Amino acid sequence: MPSDQPAPQLDVDQILADSGVRIVVCCGSGGVGKTTTAAALALRAAEVHGRRTVVLTIDPARRLAQSLGLTELDNTPRQVKGIDVEASGGELHAMMLDMKRTFDDVVLAHSDPAKAAEIFANPFYQAMSSTFAGTQEYMAMEKLGQLHARGEWDLIVVDTPPSRSALDFLDAPARLSRFLDGRMLRLLLAPARSGGRSMFSLVTASFGMFSRAVQKVLGAQLLTDLSGFVAALDSMFGGFRQRAEQTYRILQARETAFLLVAAPEPDAVREAAYFAGRLGEERMPLAGLVMNRVHRTAVDEPTAAESMAAADRLAELGGHETTVETLRAHAALAQQAARERRVASAFTEAYPQVPTVAVTAQPADVHDVDGLRTIGAAISRS
Amino acid sequence: MVTGKGGTGKTSVAAALALALAAEGRRTLLVEVEGRQGIGQLFGTGPLPYEERRIAELPGGGEVRALAVDPEEALLEYLDMFYKLGAAGRALRKLGAIDFATTIAPGLRDVLLTGKVKEATTRTTDKRRVYDSVVLDAPPTGRIGRFLNVTAEAARLAKVGPIKTQSEGVAALLRSPITSVHVVTLLEEMPVQETIDAIGELTKLRIPVGKVIVNSTRPALLAAKVSQAELRRGLAAAGLPADRATVAGLHTEARDQLTRRELEESLRSDLVELGLPLVELPLLPDGVDRTALDRLAMVLASAD
Repeated sequence: MPSDQPAPQLDVDQILADSGVRIVVCCGSGGVGKTTTAAALALRAAEVHGRRTVVLTIDPARRLAQSLGLTELDNTPRQVKGIDVEASGGELHAMMLDMKRTFDDVVLAHSDPAKAAEIFANPFYQAMSSTFAGTQEYMAMEKLGQLHARGEWDLIVVDTPPSRSALDFLDAPARLSRFLDGRMLRLLLAPARSGGRSMFSLVTASFGMFSRAVQKVLGAQLLTDLSGFVAALDSMFGGFRQRAEQTYRILQARETAFLLVAAPEPDAVREAAYFAGRLGEERMPLAGLVMNRVHRTAVDEPTAAESMAAADRLAELGGHETTVETLRAHAALAQQAARERRVASAFTEAYPQVPTVAVTAQPADVHDVDGLRTIGAAISRS
Repeated sequence: MVTGKGGTGKTSVAAALALALAAEGRRTLLVEVEGRQGIGQLFGTGPLPYEERRIAELPGGGEVRALAVDPEEALLEYLDMFYKLGAAGRALRKLGAIDFATTIAPGLRDVLLTGKVKEATTRTTDKRRVYDSVVLDAPPTGRIGRFLNVTAEAARLAKVGPIKTQSEGVAALLRSPITSVHVVTLLEEMPVQETIDAIGELTKLRIPVGKVIVNSTRPALLAAKVSQAELRRGLAAAGLPADRATVAGLHTEARDQLTRRELEESLRSDLVELGLPLVELPLLPDGVDRTALDRLAMVLASAD
């Protein structure tokens, strides 16, 4: 049932203009226009609110990336030219995340060159830095921490990775640090660390079995590579965890605003609701929901039913083919709009206090600055 | 194998394909590997355990069973099969060893997942195949190449030993004529681009690509431009109000519809250029339930 109480209207201009807000995180499931929303908000912050803004995108569509001047993936922010900031004095910078390079930078920052070279050469590092489940999410957070620490920007807008679940990106830092900090790693490192049996004795029996099983299944070379990798990473444990915790605290601070991005489809709305609950649990500040790709009719009358009936009458009459088609298209659009309102109300009912804005679906995909400006205006209802 | 960009409905298509393949008394296994519990949600069964369960019966005596593969369980099962671990297996799990092994080496994880699919595909009782077909709700287009290219991933980590042997077996099966990867897309720019990229990648890996499945298509309306004057006459003839605001509003809607349609036509022709069989599935406005899945299954079956 659609709720009687409409959700409060989300005012993104208020967020973008607030100098106390330094980070806007756009999150939501894949395929809901997250990247476009992030880019449109960043452009608006620069053009309308005069803020020195950087947008961190994860995996933009090729043409959108080109429109922001992101022709190569070089992992550093580049200023976007050809935007209208004369009046406002703002700036827009954009960057695309290079996961492997960010990971390499972390390693370099926490170890000496010889050790770093050793880590880079290890096949486990190579596998993990490019494919580890959660590496992309973790590195997005790492990059956010780096950009924030540099203090060069008034506002950082982050697009989160297209995770299979929107929650992955909150869990990834914890998972990675748990993994790097985990008992398994301690076990593999134990002989090297203690040099004796004392630390080992409690678990010797099962560990013996484990190591025999691993040797049998994976081969001795693999085990050597693995313990080499673990030993090399060991020196970086503290640094890894500390940084993950720092970024986590930044995300809880008043300077951060989370925006959920969704589309009026059951899966995307369900995911947005999970995320709203999760942000609450983590005490992270949820600013509102941007409901993208909402369909609306340009006129309320005729209704879907009237429209269909009139189309049938006209079809019988003959001679008005284009009007018949227009009326049928109008009826279909009205039905779709009603369906979408029902789907979206699932979120509003669960989280009636979360401010929401509906953004009308664009007839064509956005891939230039003009298109982003239009979207930005639509999100801010101006 | 069914892949597609996130949000294209690949899980629904995989489920519909499993139903289509279970017609005439056949038995299909529908497998998911990403821990999303999408199949359980579709069939309204709730979360599926790591075991093969019947989730649908068909009029001709056919059935669909479903399996949600959990990489940790698959590793334990695998170890047990070859090494009779028993209690040691439980100890390994307690220590977090399984979690460790499956997360540190994603290549290893994918070998286990595809290995489980291979096992189900080739399993026999009384010299008969247990399943007539196996449908995998595979990872999305962005990761499908890496997921299916198991030999390369595993070879980077394991130079010898049973993992290597296992991955070679899987690789051979994936490149054999009994495998087919179907790619699900929408008539939208990003999914179409990812479809084209994924097909290029799979072709390079010599993994057979089946059909391109265009999901959620709407009947095409409005082939040509409409003028406001035409609309005014038409509305009047139908006895509807033909005031300026109504005419202008409907005119705007018609123009947007035409823009959308032209974009869809150009995307469709990009897909046709791939030279693969193209199947179009209708938009299911009221969501996907068993009735809707059966309807999609019929369209898929008649496309063969």
